[in-house]
Amino acid sequence: MAKIHVEGKVHEVNGADNLLQACLSLGLDISYFCWHPALGSVGSCRQCAVKQYKDADDKNGRIVMSCMTPASDGTYISIADEEAKEFREAMVALLMTNHPHDCPVCEEGGHCHLQDMTVMTGHHSRDYRFTKRTHNNQYLGPFIGHEMNRCISCYRCVRYYKDYAGGKDLGVFGSASRVYFGRAEDGVLESEFSGNLTEVCPTGVFTDKTHSEHYTRKWDMQFAPAICTGCAVGCNISPGERYGEVRRIENRYHSELNGYFLCDRGRFGYGHVNSEDRPRHALIKREGQWIALNKTDAIAQAAAVLGGHKPLIGIGSPRASLEANFALRALVGAENFYAGVSAQDAGLTALCLKVLRDGPVPAATIKRIEKADAVFVLGEDTLGTAARVALALRQAARGKLATMSAEKRVPEWQANSANDIAQHALNPIFIATPVATKLDEIAAVAHRASVNDLVSLAQAVTHALDGNAPTAKVNADTAALAQRIADTLRAAKNPLVVSGTGCGSVALIEAAANVAFALKKVVETTAISLAIPEANSFGLALFNAPALDAALAKAAQTQSVVLVLENDLSRRATATLLDESLAKCTVIALDHQQTATTATAALLLPAASFAEGDGTFVNFEGRAQRSFQNFDPAYYDRHVATQESWRWISEVRLALGQPAWANLDAVIADAEATLPVLKGIAAAAPDASFRLQGAKLARAPQRQSGRTAMRANVFVHEPRATQDADSALAFSMEGVNSTHAVTRPAALIPFAWSPGWNSPSAWNKFQAEVGGAMKGGDSGVHLFKHNGAAEYFPAKLEAVDGLTVLPIHSHFGSEELSAKAKPIQERIPQAYVAINVADAQRLGIEHQSLTRVELGEYVLSLPAKVRVDLPAGSIGLPVGLAGIPPLTAGASVRISKGA
Amino acid sequence: MSRAAKDANYQKPLTRLIDVAAGPLDLAGYEAEGGYTALKTAVKTLQPQDIQGKVKDANLRGRGGAGFPTGIKWSLIPMGPNSGPKYLVCNADEMEPGTFKDRLLMEQAPHQLVEAMAVAAYAIGANLGYIFLRGEYVLCAERLNKAIAEAKAKNYLGKNILGGDWGFDLYVHTGAGRYICGEETALINSLEGRRANPRAKPPFPQIAGLWGRPTIVNNVETLCNIPHIVNNGADWFKALSQGKSKDGGTKLYGCSGLSNKRGVWELPIGTSAREILEVHAGGMKGGKKLKAWLPGGASTDFLLPEHLDLAMDFDTISKAGSRMGTGLITVVNEVQSIVSAVRNLEEFMARESCGWCTPCRDGLPWTVKIMRAIEAGEGQPSDINTLSKLTRWLGPGRTFCAHAPGAMEPLQSALKYFREEFEAGMAVVKMPESGDVCALPEHGVGAKADYAKERMKWVNQ
Repeated sequence: MAKIHVEGKVHEVNGADNLLQACLSLGLDISYFCWHPALGSVGSCRQCAVKQYKDADDKNGRIVMSCMTPASDGTYISIADEEAKEFREAMVALLMTNHPHDCPVCEEGGHCHLQDMTVMTGHHSRDYRFTKRTHNNQYLGPFIGHEMNRCISCYRCVRYYKDYAGGKDLGVFGSASRVYFGRAEDGVLESEFSGNLTEVCPTGVFTDKTHSEHYTRKWDMQFAPAICTGCAVGCNISPGERYGEVRRIENRYHSELNGYFLCDRGRFGYGHVNSEDRPRHALIKREGQWIALNKTDAIAQAAAVLGGHKPLIGIGSPRASLEANFALRALVGAENFYAGVSAQDAGLTALCLKVLRDGPVPAATIKRIEKADAVFVLGEDTLGTAARVALALRQAARGKLATMSAEKRVPEWQANSANDIAQHALNPIFIATPVATKLDEIAAVAHRASVNDLVSLAQAVTHALDGNAPTAKVNADTAALAQRIADTLRAAKNPLVVSGTGCGSVALIEAAANVAFALKKVVETTAISLAIPEANSFGLALFNAPALDAALAKAAQTQSVVLVLENDLSRRATATLLDESLAKCTVIALDHQQTATTATAALLLPAASFAEGDGTFVNFEGRAQRSFQNFDPAYYDRHVATQESWRWISEVRLALGQPAWANLDAVIADAEATLPVLKGIAAAAPDASFRLQGAKLARAPQRQSGRTAMRANVFVHEPRATQDADSALAFSMEGVNSTHAVTRPAALIPFAWSPGWNSPSAWNKFQAEVGGAMKGGDSGVHLFKHNGAAEYFPAKLEAVDGLTVLPIHSHFGSEELSAKAKPIQERIPQAYVAINVADAQRLGIEHQSLTRVELGEYVLSLPAKVRVDLPAGSIGLPVGLAGIPPLTAGASVRISKGA
Repeated sequence: MSRAAKDANYQKPLTRLIDVAAGPLDLAGYEAEGGYTALKTAVKTLQPQDIQGKVKDANLRGRGGAGFPTGIKWSLIPMGPNSGPKYLVCNADEMEPGTFKDRLLMEQAPHQLVEAMAVAAYAIGANLGYIFLRGEYVLCAERLNKAIAEAKAKNYLGKNILGGDWGFDLYVHTGAGRYICGEETALINSLEGRRANPRAKPPFPQIAGLWGRPTIVNNVETLCNIPHIVNNGADWFKALSQGKSKDGGTKLYGCSGLSNKRGVWELPIGTSAREILEVHAGGMKGGKKLKAWLPGGASTDFLLPEHLDLAMDFDTISKAGSRMGTGLITVVNEVQSIVSAVRNLEEFMARESCGWCTPCRDGLPWTVKIMRAIEAGEGQPSDINTLSKLTRWLGPGRTFCAHAPGAMEPLQSALKYFREEFEAGMAVVKMPESGDVCALPEHGVGAKADYAKERMKWVNQ
């Protein structure tokens, strides 16, 4: 800690910070552009000038850039000094000489950092009377709009895109007043994290194109604190809605998880909420035709079917909330509840749960991953399965910058100096995967081997770390590599092991766990990160229910009523198996999408997507997080029956004479009481009775206009705003909006806003220290803690005979819901079959040629990708892409030339 | 200039061997004149610290324009067995308007620079050096490369120089034509293949320079003094100025603009500007009077004829409110427009901004546009005020590097001394006579508040 003097007043600050960060953390406003909490200082915009004095007696002082000046003990500054104020205003005046003042037609308007800073400095009239420089804009793909005339040349975009995210195709061109930020030529931005440009850019150069498609000002949207369903990392998001459509997704700051950045799948994959073909009314099938039912009739029908004394089967879902799964389990009975995932997925996820819960090593948060100074990635291509982890691994590698600059006494926040000192030195990341990954470029070693050989490598590493651990037979090269990995991990301060379910191999996860367990004996701070398949895979695994295969086996033997919860079973079991198993059964589907499964249902109840419902999700580190409802679709159209699955089930139970739940809190309380393993989920967020200053918290900004007239085209009388019985949030701009009146729970912050701060920079106001934890602590509750002993797993090699399936996860397309969004679809690759070059030569298969793939009952014709990186004997198939059936990793497959 | 011409009044160590008509000496010729003696002395008899000490004692000040003491710069570089790799970089990106002294040294005495760099590298313990050369200096590149090849063949460069265990390799790197590359940290970035943006200091290049390693960047002329200091000692060097300055050594001075002669002359440091202009440059051309002069490049303040008798050294010129800079003066005569002269300089500086920081990137083009308007007689009454504001906004400490503050120096001094020339460039606002048919001022460009004020005055009359 350090004491600094601002306007003669003493403040305690973190002495390791720069003055700008220190002052912002104190809640003092200084305007800035180029500085960003995640990107550090470079001193280019000259906007954060303050007056610094030598001591208490110095009356002259000198102008310094607060972002480039350390907040050392005994620093005397003035922010209010007239000369400093004039200079800050002057910098805006200079930036404005080229800014087009097109706020009324600019998508950034209303959440624009440049607008905020301009107002903050008091710049209000223009002296510049000459022409402005103009630029051509570029096509940057389906996600990002480009309007270079608005650029104020703060260099944040390239610093984020290139330095932070490792992108190659965005740069700064030209010099002097002609500097241009863009690509060498028009084209789709390659990075899977390009969407963050829209928030990093302080003005409207890079804007969310999906938002522009159905544009609404920030102040007119209604937000919710929600959790991304794109993967199991559980990034915090802030969906913005207007007229019953999600208009955009913004990052919702969480210091341990997403921080300031989301992946493009999460940010742009919300189209499924808005799609026209969603079931929005209850439907019953009569003679092959869907007939609409009102809610009362639908519940009566469901109750009639369920009460008909037929055996019940409930199939849960890893993309549904804990509450929905729990409700289904309560309805059908614990013994009839099944996890709606394949036996393989269930086994893999349960293993990950066991490693994290019963092992000695903690699950790493994203922040902990970023802090790692040596990493062993085993098998997992995190970009496809947990993309935020991939971005965090880049920061782990770049951690070397901080170490090296510290040696030269240069503070970490001196971003460019740190780059210059470290040059291209990186912390060691060992990437051992069956196929090449985009992260290979930052790897100390990128090692390619079959899954079995990777298991052996990891076992050798384990043995090198702990002589008592079992080992595996490996060749000399692998042994040397294993020794190097072990030595590097052993020497690290914060070593990390990364693996996951992506390869579909139990042995691989076991081997990764073994490395972490052995490492833990040498380095106390060891952590592990395991990518798991879906948003609530861990939540579902906690129920410890039998897998889908068991449900289908039971269904095949009985004439059951099968309730399928938010689950497209055709992604998890073959069509034949499903048809045969469910032939005699009556299927009731609850879902918010039309799927192959809802098509087979006798009754379809329209469930809420993440945007229309509340629920709890358990992320890959075991953190339960509450995702709150963004809007009530029925407010706009009374006929829409969409509601949470748990609420449908509750109402059906009521019709059956069973106890029902009054609201979300009641479901949560029942779940905690029934299943000790879920104990703690209530604490993930304050309950519905929570109030600040006696009021609910507003979901919409104070200036939201037209709520009272929003339905005027339907009926002139204004309906009462929907009352939210499930949370402390209000569907309104009425309610608590202030940020610092009291410490506000992070789980109940729908959007970033504070007086004078309309852009995402407003998160400054919610953080205890800017760039650090939230004032009230970060949200979420860990449901389990590593508490076991280091018992090594057998990591038994799987027998391989002939060609076998290796699942390949695609950032765009492998996840079911995001793949329904049109802009995401533009980025989804065509289905393909990847073959090792030797196998391809042996089989006479040429690159790009159509190839016959026989996979169980499926015969596919796919273009071949002949690859050198794929191990011989492995046939790579992209998970979840159109034309690809459900995959079982390691299953036997036959390949032949020709369609 | 002819080779080895002895001058009764002063020694010219740097240019003694230069004979432009005959061209530069080759290795044998240079050796015959005592070349590479300093390197031999250094490597065989001196420790690196000895040379550093001599340079410090000589109080050699950087000849690139800032006048920073070379000895102090060197003393910040880490020494000792584990301090490497370190680099020596010669700043030969001579792009200062009106400055052409380093070019003479490189074109006409390439071996002197090669030897100087070898000695300097030995002194700081560097094994690798670069000459960052202005791209247009094609002949320099050719001659330097030839000299480097000759020196290498004779083991003055390369491994185990002169049988010792120290080695030094030297490369010429030609720039792509950016003025900002003369700024040492921008030069380093450019040398690394990055954008030529200056770096934040600290860390200084001596701690983290080229490739993140300790690096010394010295100007050509500065380096060329080193062998002579090693050969003749600090006292000899100090005496070179003949008491004209408290600084030691000679300085390459020059003159350009409308003087009778334009050129570069090696003279004792502290020689008066009057001597440079009137004796060496033959006075003003066509008998015109001198109106103003820049002491040493585009980023120095204008001085007046009354300042001509000042000693041209760093401290004296500083006290007069300017900077000596490169020491190559530029003269402006009585009929030349100071507004046009400054506009020309500002256009250059605006174009050569790297585009990194706001005041420089956006402030210089604004300056240029106002200057053009004033030059065209279309200035607005508030323009002079805006220009003087810009000189503050783009002043020292406000910008990322010294480029924009440098650009403001001729402007602020021109405003100080020749404000009436700026005022003469104001648009004439014709006040209507009573009874004239009046149109309101055009809305938009040019419709300024001041115009409206003027109009109101007329209405009220």
